[in-house]
Amino acid sequence: MRSAVVLFPGSNRDHDMVKALASVTGHTPTVVWHQDSTLPDVDLIVLPGGFSYGDYLRCGAIAARSPAMLDVAKKAAAGVRVLGVCNGFQILTEAGLLPGALMRNAHLRFVCKEVKLEVANADTDFTRAYSKGQVVRCPVAHHDGNYFADAETLARLEGDGRVAFRYAEGTNPNGSVNDIAGILNDAGNVLGMMPHPENLIEALHGGLDGRGLFESVAKTLAA
Amino acid sequence: MKVRVTVTLKAGVLDPQGKAIEGALKGLGFAGVEGARQGKIIDLILAETSADAARATVTDMCEKLLANTVIENYHIDILG
Repeated sequence: MRSAVVLFPGSNRDHDMVKALASVTGHTPTVVWHQDSTLPDVDLIVLPGGFSYGDYLRCGAIAARSPAMLDVAKKAAAGVRVLGVCNGFQILTEAGLLPGALMRNAHLRFVCKEVKLEVANADTDFTRAYSKGQVVRCPVAHHDGNYFADAETLARLEGDGRVAFRYAEGTNPNGSVNDIAGILNDAGNVLGMMPHPENLIEALHGGLDGRGLFESVAKTLAA
Repeated sequence: MKVRVTVTLKAGVLDPQGKAIEGALKGLGFAGVEGARQGKIIDLILAETSADAARATVTDMCEKLLANTVIENYHIDILG
């Protein structure tokens, strides 16, 4: 599986993501600078976590308008899988590739801890290596992860099974509506999530729960 | 031409920062604070001299970048 990681000024989880992809897929991803207007032909594009442009204006707002993102949008429309983690999720919503918005955590504090994630839909390109209802461990680290969408959008997300991950009962760290931790676009090839699966990849991390996400994409592409 | 854009959260969107301000004002003893909402102001200096043209351009800027219309409203004032 060939992949690319887009690097923005202020990204800081790009190295973790590169290592995770290399570890699970066996191929080291190409790192693409945000000013590059053409991404290489790959199976998966990843927008890593961090604080692109210092979170100026709104988290992900400036990065979402970068030259690389125009090509990400084009490739997403053509069916290429796109994953946005943390700041990457914020960038995807700002770019209009995913609905809704990520707002300041309801309690106003930066949250950095491990949470439990429930796999809300295991029949997706990003979750098929898990089983529905499975609860996995995953770290979160963010200040603006409070997912918001209007009632109509929420009903559509829920009705179409586009909520991929939820914070398990009682562990919602940021006030997200319906405990939403990760959502898919309408076509199912774009996933945005606040938690960091790339940080639970090897024994030294203390667990392997994050591998399933990358294995899911690899499995989907191999099918 | 100077143009001021005011961006505010839409009604119904939770504003935890506004809530914190409200709580702090109450803590200082200001009675009768029934709500506080936080927004932001962006002042633009444009080469444009026509107010109508400036308003049209800034509206486009708001839709494309300055506001996230999923959660925010914007208001444009031509300051001259």
